[in-house]
Amino acid sequence: MRPWKFSLLMLAAGAGVFALALAIRSDYLFFAGYVVLQFIVLATAWNILGGYCGYVNFGTAAFFAIGTYTTVALHKIGTNSGRYLSGTLGELLQPLFPLSVLTLVILSGAVAGVIGLGMGYLTLRLRGVFFAIATLAMAVVLQTLVINWDFVGGSRGAYIIRDESLPVVGFKLGYVQYLFAIMLLLAAVAISVARLIEGSRLGYGFATIRDDEMAAEAAGVPTLRLKLIATTISGALMGMAGAPYPYYIGYVEPAGTFGLQYAVNSIAMPMIGGTTSWAGPLIGAVLLGSMQQIATVTISSAVNLLLVGVLLVVFVVIAPNGIMGLVLDWQHARRKP
Amino acid sequence: MDLLINAIVAGLLIGGFYAAVTAGISISFGMLDIVNIAHPGFIILGSYIVYIINATTGADPVAAAIVMLPVFYLLGMGIYLVYYAAFERRGQEALRGLAFFFGLLFITEVGLILVFGVDYRYVEARYIGPTWRIGFVDLPLRMLVPCVVSLLMVLGLQLFLMKSFIGRAIQAVAQDQLALQLLAADPTRIKRMAFGISMATAALAGAFLIIIQPVEPSVGREYIGRAFAICVLGGMGSLPGAVIAAMLLGVVESFTATFYGPSWAPAVSFGFLLATLAVRPAGILGR
Repeated sequence: MRPWKFSLLMLAAGAGVFALALAIRSDYLFFAGYVVLQFIVLATAWNILGGYCGYVNFGTAAFFAIGTYTTVALHKIGTNSGRYLSGTLGELLQPLFPLSVLTLVILSGAVAGVIGLGMGYLTLRLRGVFFAIATLAMAVVLQTLVINWDFVGGSRGAYIIRDESLPVVGFKLGYVQYLFAIMLLLAAVAISVARLIEGSRLGYGFATIRDDEMAAEAAGVPTLRLKLIATTISGALMGMAGAPYPYYIGYVEPAGTFGLQYAVNSIAMPMIGGTTSWAGPLIGAVLLGSMQQIATVTISSAVNLLLVGVLLVVFVVIAPNGIMGLVLDWQHARRKP
Repeated sequence: MDLLINAIVAGLLIGGFYAAVTAGISISFGMLDIVNIAHPGFIILGSYIVYIINATTGADPVAAAIVMLPVFYLLGMGIYLVYYAAFERRGQEALRGLAFFFGLLFITEVGLILVFGVDYRYVEARYIGPTWRIGFVDLPLRMLVPCVVSLLMVLGLQLFLMKSFIGRAIQAVAQDQLALQLLAADPTRIKRMAFGISMATAALAGAFLIIIQPVEPSVGREYIGRAFAICVLGGMGSLPGAVIAAMLLGVVESFTATFYGPSWAPAVSFGFLLATLAVRPAGILGR
């Protein structure tokens, strides 16, 4: 299937899901669905670097939080525009505020992408392990920065007051529904991007890095440039996923935004689903995300995180290629009995 | 001036403790090439075991950790067995091995939260309260005891690695695993022992940690960046280098905490790590 056809299909699927969700008319569905969609974006973004290039990023929470705090900062500027936007530059920017969530998503993506590029530039020239450790440390450091940054509330956190609903051509759409739609769009975009990369020159370049970086380098593949591209795309998508979060949750504070659950989930979902294609993270995110939403309500949120950790370890030990790998093995075995 | 010297002394004391945290990672990451990012998680596990022993029997925390050394050694051997069978033999250690240890880290952390909750726990010992004063220099015993025992531990490890047969075998594995195989030695057996030793250091480091400060399950995460920064800065797999780097990081962090405020201290290790990786990836005493 052509990439653009696939993107249209994804958008159509997204619209279908949204229509279905509207038809069911359950606010909880939107609320829980948002989190699952957010994990689809994060897992797909992680997989672009982790699954395609074989570079492990433990800093999902950091990129996510970059998006979140970009929104918080810009929202604060927007609500007090008279105070923060003065001078000629301020007057020029004035009409842009208050920013719509979509604008914030794009800006957050840009910021996170640039930070991903910088991180990559400093650490990607070395062995992949160092990059992994650096991303882990980066989460701690960004958290330190945010804790010390009073403008976005520091360790006290910040409140974001959102509208109850907003008018969309004739009828009122609830804000949660609106955010759900945005996240749905982001998920469709992320999956389309992943699929586009997979079938392109870029994707084959990534695969050579994953399989044997030394050989790829020797064969003339510009490995560093490809890795930087992957880090930037992956970071930008993670930042985008974080941008609407303050509006969704209403109150953000560093400990929650930098929580380990983002890092572990965005690794566990592709690993459990399968890392080599776009479908793996999608399957993993839908399964694991829904399971966690159910487990949080029925058991407890700590137990479901433990479950994710155990599933991750069990899957990497027993089924290294995830569910997709199991399915392919099964098909393979059936074909040549 | 007083403040400056006290900051240096405090940094050196905490640096001694960092050396104990890093020793295990220097062995596993530096020598065996096993990226055990779960190590800080096991240190916290050690802290909690020491806490239980201390709370039930009133035993000295360090003595309790020494009793636990064989248990951690066996735990380390067990983890290595799984790691070897699942990843190293298949040659998939890079991506999945990291995910494996990350999962272990997560499981220990969440498991401890489920069992003990997120309250801070601490131990009782005679030396936790008092402070020695030499001139205007404060030497809190709560810092001094872990520092001294930790340096003794690292010294012991270094002697073991240099002098004993097993220790030299471990160094040989670190240098050239294939050559060892050609000499008809079994590298996995030696790596298993080495990983056990690296895990055993986590028990002691855990005891030091809970002597120095109250512990809750997620503090381990702060030590991942620190420990790896020290390991890389000191030169992979070099214990003397790790001690020097640990002291250096301790002093710089202590300066930052004294002059800019303690909430900035965690950012220092990351700066160190990035600077080392960018400027001299081989570290101070690297080969």
